[in-house]
Amino acid sequence: MKKAIPTPKKPWQPTALDKLEDLLIVLAAFGLAGASVKFTGLDGKLGFFFSLFFALLVLNFGFHYLKRGTAAAKDSLLQVLAVMAIVITLIPIVSIVATVFSKGYKGLHWGILTKDMALASVNDPIANGGLLHALAGTIIMVGGALIISFPIGVLTALYLTEIRGPLARPIKFLVQAMSGVPSIVAGLFILSSLIYPVTKQLSGLMGSLALTILMIPTIARTAEEMLHLIPNELREAGVALGGTQWRTVAGVVLPAAKSGLVTAIILGIARIIGETAPLLLVSGGGDAVNLNPTQGAMGSLPYYIWKAFLTGGTEEAFARAWGGMLVLLSFIFILFGLARYLSGRKVG
Amino acid sequence: MTTAHAQPASLANVAAARTLSQPGTALLGTGLETRGVHAWFGKKHVLSDVTLDFAAGTVTALIGPSGCGKSTFLRTLNRMHEFIPTAAMAGEVLLDGKDIYSPGTDVTKIRLRVGMVFQKPNPFPSMTIGENVLSGLKLAQLKKENTDDLLESCLTRAGLWNEVKDRLGEHGGALSGGQQQRLCIARSLAVEPQVLLMDEPCSALDPGSTFRIEETISELAKSMTIVIVTHNMQQAARVSDYTAFFLSDGGPGEMIEAAPTSRIFSSPQDKRTEDYVTGRFG
Repeated sequence: MKKAIPTPKKPWQPTALDKLEDLLIVLAAFGLAGASVKFTGLDGKLGFFFSLFFALLVLNFGFHYLKRGTAAAKDSLLQVLAVMAIVITLIPIVSIVATVFSKGYKGLHWGILTKDMALASVNDPIANGGLLHALAGTIIMVGGALIISFPIGVLTALYLTEIRGPLARPIKFLVQAMSGVPSIVAGLFILSSLIYPVTKQLSGLMGSLALTILMIPTIARTAEEMLHLIPNELREAGVALGGTQWRTVAGVVLPAAKSGLVTAIILGIARIIGETAPLLLVSGGGDAVNLNPTQGAMGSLPYYIWKAFLTGGTEEAFARAWGGMLVLLSFIFILFGLARYLSGRKVG
Repeated sequence: MTTAHAQPASLANVAAARTLSQPGTALLGTGLETRGVHAWFGKKHVLSDVTLDFAAGTVTALIGPSGCGKSTFLRTLNRMHEFIPTAAMAGEVLLDGKDIYSPGTDVTKIRLRVGMVFQKPNPFPSMTIGENVLSGLKLAQLKKENTDDLLESCLTRAGLWNEVKDRLGEHGGALSGGQQQRLCIARSLAVEPQVLLMDEPCSALDPGSTFRIEETISELAKSMTIVIVTHNMQQAARVSDYTAFFLSDGGPGEMIEAAPTSRIFSSPQDKRTEDYVTGRFG
């Protein structure tokens, strides 16, 4: 006769009472903060948040001190500080996203993804023109930069982690230094080394090259960190099975680092997708759709936003700029979501 | 007794040669008891209904094939089980008669009283040998006078003092695997636990180091309760007073039999225990 199986429990998780206590502490902190804004010199949102955080810290520490002693109180203090850090981190992000959405939707209309600004000016009614040229330009230039930077960045990382050649140290230093290069310098470099002496015209390709200079260090550094995380045992196992170094890297090391490499791509794109300054110099900012990266000025979303803000002045121009930001932000979200989804899928 | 089954004489003799530690000196507390312990990882039921007593001042060995739940069981004894996010459990674990899972229990205090030595030696890499031994005091925020004496006594009890007394300022990583494991034992002794849990402490060590750790275990058993998970039945026969055999038939792991070690190795009551200790499977 088998005994009945009891239900699985998690006695270590906070009980309903614990949760209620925490909730009461938060509510009390809100109450204190409200009171301090009302009755003391503290004022406005900043004063409210300051006293809220302070009240939360003190109440939480005091409660856990009385309940379970100093050590537990310090433990919960750290938890409160960590939660606060998250909140402080989130405030600007949430605020930016919320502002962009609330102001940006006015700049949207059905034609925004099918029309360009060739026959419209930034001060025209919103329904005139669109940002197809800017979106296309951004996709072409960022895509081009990614196609050039990713292999170079990953190969650099492989040189640093797998080949570990004699130049590894200085290269590591250089890559680090390169990630601090101001973006305008990258633009000027392309301008003076390629555009003036060779091509003698602005183009999307030049934009890609300028962005590449900014993107390679980010990708190389991130990929290097990710490859360092791969345990050496895997490399040894691959080589011990008779694999060459190249086969081991391609068949074992890189697949194991796959999601890390996607992170490298994401960080690389994040580094460049909002760049305005170098593009201003080397790809200009056409108002018409230009799908040929080798010839002529090419628009981009940051340039579109910049131009609407700077050369406009009417309500329509501002709405256009916010609309451009909304499109850029959504584009980035979709891109990153897609990258995460693809890298999260199981290999093979 | 041994004639009924074809036992390997050595194991039964080894086990019989031990003098059984007398359990239950009042000084050591009443020991550790489990009542109907179950464990889950997510939906998977990995351990079913284990009721077992560990008398104070004794050594109990948990044996059984891989995946039978004995390590999981060990980790429920000092609440390390809950460190895995999907983990769940049922039943009671009584330390001196009090359930360590009852609400309001301070889990850090439990782990202070029930120490643990892991399968892989894991000295803290940023600390010297001396700092490693005393790290528990720092982490648990205990104040101690005369840490030098404590350092020496812990290392002596772990059987490492003579080898490291001139190099206490070196980093733990410089030691051999066996020395590192004894350093980890010394580290867990510094906070003076009542119970010491050992999860296959010798599986990564050479015979010499294993021998020294077994000596250490016998020495420690005079002052604390020890529970050791081991795949090495020779070791179980050599160091333990009691042995519990765990097995999983594809479902959750169960405790098949628990008895004084000499009986497990000479006249086990269950056919499956006999098959396992005679090496017919597992």
